[in-house]
Amino acid sequence: MGKRAAAIVGQTEWEPKREWDVPMFSMEASAQLASEVIADAGFEKGEIDGLVMNPIAESPMFGPSALAEYLGIQSNFNEVVDLGGSTPAGMVWRAAAAIEVGACESVLVLCPAVPPPRPTAQGKAKRGRARLTAYLGGDSWGSPQGQFEIPSGLVAATPSFAMIASRYREQYDVQPETLAKVAVEQRFNANAHPTAIFRDKPITIDDVLTSRMIADPIRLLELVMPCFGGGALLLTTAERAKRSPHRPVFVSGHGEHLTHKSVTYMPDMLDTPTRKAADRAFKMAGVSRGAIDIASIYDCFTITVLLTIEDAGFCKKGQGGAFIEEHDLRFNGDWPLNTHGGQLGMGQAGLAGGLSHITEAVLQLQNRAGKRQVKNANLAYVNGTGGMMAEQVALILEGA
Amino acid sequence: MAKLASDGRPLPQPTPVTQAFFDAAQDQRLILPHCPREGYFFYPRSHCPCCLKRDWEWKPASGRGTVYAFTVDRMGHDPNLVNWVPYVVAAIELEEGPRMTANIVGCAPEDVRVGMPVEATYENVDDVTIIQFRLV
Ligand SMILES: [Zn+2]
Repeated sequence: MGKRAAAIVGQTEWEPKREWDVPMFSMEASAQLASEVIADAGFEKGEIDGLVMNPIAESPMFGPSALAEYLGIQSNFNEVVDLGGSTPAGMVWRAAAAIEVGACESVLVLCPAVPPPRPTAQGKAKRGRARLTAYLGGDSWGSPQGQFEIPSGLVAATPSFAMIASRYREQYDVQPETLAKVAVEQRFNANAHPTAIFRDKPITIDDVLTSRMIADPIRLLELVMPCFGGGALLLTTAERAKRSPHRPVFVSGHGEHLTHKSVTYMPDMLDTPTRKAADRAFKMAGVSRGAIDIASIYDCFTITVLLTIEDAGFCKKGQGGAFIEEHDLRFNGDWPLNTHGGQLGMGQAGLAGGLSHITEAVLQLQNRAGKRQVKNANLAYVNGTGGMMAEQVALILEGA
Repeated sequence: MAKLASDGRPLPQPTPVTQAFFDAAQDQRLILPHCPREGYFFYPRSHCPCCLKRDWEWKPASGRGTVYAFTVDRMGHDPNLVNWVPYVVAAIELEEGPRMTANIVGCAPEDVRVGMPVEATYENVDDVTIIQFRLV
């Protein structure tokens, strides 16, 4: 049995959408998310004494004080986390650790991912649409990326993960059908999720293999749809968690590891930071890989899932393909994976995309996952991946 | 903001520490930072990433290496490069050890495989020289 000091007691998640009809500033979205997650947990706003956020445009500096003031919260723990797609998983363990050491009692984890209003000639807000940004800030003066990566076209995320996939395929000969199976079975899960962006569209392995090649060997249906959305969690002490209306979900183990920013400088492209993050998390939680009931693994691409299954220790290096072929990854299968559809099926609502893996694990452990509910779900493995397989966070979540 | 060449592609903007690397490229030479204790590293930076000391020196490299990993960008993830698709983006493992990001040019993208030997080639773009690689 691992740590039982801090528990997730509340969640809220907005439906991912390609277009967002009512633009909101991040602080406005944060206020709405906070209101919803406090209600879900059955808490009072006055009990909140901690904030964890990602950087927001309205206050690039002094973000926590800007947000605490805006929300009217007097806060004992104030944290900005900047770990790309693993930001939400990084937020959760930081909040849990702060609670465990007694720095605070009840912490909001806030992930707004909505477009801000833009002033127009008429002074009316324009509708926003999710877009990729290629350089991700790496073209700043003095940035190594601007000098040594961007001029070669190593930008955005897909080419980096495609490079990893090229090397994996060379060393281990995984078949494209095997990676496609991940997308197909997660899509099956998304078809059972009422707010997944692809809830109405099943796909086949053939669909994946005939979809457009984006960056060899990655095809269109192996990458996520950028969306808007948002989500939040509420964490509190084990003692306070007892009066929550839902089953508390303990953060019983966590680990985080990073080694690089550009994929080129990854010490070994086939040995991801997850290996060390997951080892730490499992050791802390004192549970075995075989005891995990559901896995919620960051899936920016299918290759990310394959490597994470291996490096989190669910099978040996090089056996990820066989593992995927041997197991039914659907919510009603023998190894339920990304039962919300993953971001491949749910949509990637900015940084809230990484939160969706945590939220789904919480809903499953709380027996609130509707028709995709996994029976007797008590223990979840959650993984976050940031940047170019760079920042990786492992969480072991355990129902009380 | 990235500096764009007259043909639209993004160019590196050297800093005082990295200037020598780009100057050498103009003379069709690949040079690498070399630490007396830890050996070669890449990219060039103020302190050796192994020992955080500043006493490294530039040393000439062979310009030879192998393809560690690569992709063929079919859609131009950089909007400034959409006219160049398809192009090969690769991590080259240099003979001296470190890896370097570069394009592989002078062949059909379909001909590239992981592990293939490559050598440096130099392309002048405006007042900058870009180091790329070709199959050997
Ligand atoms: Zn050194």
